[in-house]
Amino acid sequence: MSISRRHLLLLLPAAAVAWKHVLAGTPESSPNYTMSQHWWGMLIDLPKCIGCGNCVRACQAENDVPDGYFRTWVERYHVSDYDIENPVVDSPDGGKKGFPPAKEESGKNFFVPKLCNHCVESPCTQVCPVGATFVSPDGVVLVDKQYCLGCRYCVQACPYGCRFINPKTDTAEKCTLCYHRITKGLTTACCENCPTGARQLADLKNPKDPIHEFLKTHSVQVLKPNMATHAKVFYAGLDGSVR
Amino acid sequence: MRDTEHSGLGTASCIQLTATSEPEGGRASLRRARSSTGTTMHAFKDSGHLFRLAAVFVAGILVFLVLRGFLVPKSFGQYGHYRGNAMAEIAARPVNFAGHETCETCHADVLDKKKDGKHAHVNCEACHGPLAKHADDPASVQPPKLDTAVLCVRCHEANAAKPKTFPQVASADHSTGLPCDTCHQPHSPVIGGGAK
Ligand code: HEC
Ligand code: HEC
Ligand code: HEC
Ligand code: HEC
Repeated sequence: MSISRRHLLLLLPAAAVAWKHVLAGTPESSPNYTMSQHWWGMLIDLPKCIGCGNCVRACQAENDVPDGYFRTWVERYHVSDYDIENPVVDSPDGGKKGFPPAKEESGKNFFVPKLCNHCVESPCTQVCPVGATFVSPDGVVLVDKQYCLGCRYCVQACPYGCRFINPKTDTAEKCTLCYHRITKGLTTACCENCPTGARQLADLKNPKDPIHEFLKTHSVQVLKPNMATHAKVFYAGLDGSVR
Repeated sequence: MRDTEHSGLGTASCIQLTATSEPEGGRASLRRARSSTGTTMHAFKDSGHLFRLAAVFVAGILVFLVLRGFLVPKSFGQYGHYRGNAMAEIAARPVNFAGHETCETCHADVLDKKKDGKHAHVNCEACHGPLAKHADDPASVQPPKLDTAVLCVRCHEANAAKPKTFPQVASADHSTGLPCDTCHQPHSPVIGGGAK
């Protein structure tokens, strides 16, 4: 279709009206929530994880994550005591349906749930050319779907592989730490559905949050600390072989 | 630098003065002066270009500012280099998992059974699936029936990677094909021992 000058002149105001609509945005939906009073992270107590995949299924049901893509997933590690540097990792369908029996029972076998680490010095937000992804004032790394161009810079930049391009919207997508839930006083879908308490939402600014007692009494580690991303997903009982 | 510039202008206006002071006067003489004193008169022409250039720049900047004011959302930059409204939009998403507190307000009987058993810390929707719609309107949204043959083994099927302390069974041997709930109460699964 070719657009004449006259048609363009007619189209421009229409586009302007549509754009105004985009600019208006949705009004504040959680009136009792004050961003400056929270600083969100997560605790993953690895020795409790049974690899049931409840978190993966819950995440997909809560956030309409397309099939074959994951905002959170579970990996199974097999570490031979003769070759601790080279673990064998599998994650069939993200661990969504649990795991088949281990091929190798000897050595060390354990599960590692993964998700966005909600880094304070997040490499993914730094590379965004348009300001479509950012660390919110309450410490959650979010994507603005309306602003995202789908350029994939952030997908490349995340050292943890936590982002993907949604094939339907062609925009970057990732764990929002169930922002629509935590701002309403609920826990995340994955934590709500974890049967053993292996995953726990943590508000680091709340002095009454059990995370503080846990951090005082346990050794915890973040993934890839050498990347200095200042990750806020803390793993207790993390094995050195985990990448 | 400044001085030379000034003197340059000075000469130019000087020449203009001399040009207009010719007997014929007016435009005709200026025009003639231009054609006759070609090199010096370029100063005029060039200053005209400069003004036009400046005008183009100013117009460009104005158009940019107007467009920018119009195109950049109001909330952009409110908290940082992003659209502040984006957070409210993300937070506006509907919830699918109501959370166990919501279930327990209506199903207190189930909670009573569950709270002393081994499944006390397993939340309702971990087994029953997302039921926010049911919680909003229990009369018209019926929760689907669960198949214990699929449900229980997700968590309890023996696997070498599971923590050794977690109760696991090899379901084929353990249940001999019977559904788990023929022997176990889902909300209080331990057999005997006060029906925990
Ligand atoms: C507003 C009160 C209310 C809330 C909240 C509620 N339910 Fe219900 N639920 C009911 C009622 C009433 C029925 C019975 C419906 C019927 O028999 O038609 C029911 C039925 C059920 C059933 C099916 C019982 C059967 O006999 O098959 C299940 C399972 C269930 N609810 C689970 C849940 C879960 C899980 C939640 C939390 C997400 C929940 N309910 C929240 C009121 C509630
Ligand atoms: C370990 C998994 C599990 C958990 C946790 C669980 N249920 Fe159930 N629930 C079942 C199974 C299995 C059935 C029986 C099959 C069916 O009716 O779908 C059932 C049945 C029910 C029923 C209907 C009949 C009955 O026995 O009363 C209700 C209502 C119900 N559950 C509510 C709840 C509520 C509320 C919670 C949270 C407090 C909860 N369930 C937690 C597995 C679970
Ligand atoms: C979402 C995961 C999950 C599901 C589904 C589940 N359970 Fe459990 N089950 C647990 C957890 C967690 C425990 C507590 C383990 C502990 O105390 O360390 C448990 C404990 C038990 C126990 C007690 C074991 C003991 O310590 O003696 C039995 C029996 C049991 N479950 C049976 C069942 C049956 C039957 C079903 C299906 C209706 C079922 N479970 C479904 C997570 C689950
Ligand atoms: C024929 C009856 C029967 C059936 C069917 C059955 N169980 Fe059991 N189950 C038992 C008995 C009996 C025990 C031992 C009770 C005890 O030790 O307290 C038990 C114990 C368990 C335990 C605890 C094991 C441990 O190490 O402490 C789990 C977990 C369990 N069953 C899960 C299941 C699951 C999952 C299914 C369905 C696939 C199932 N059961 C079906 C009778 C049954």
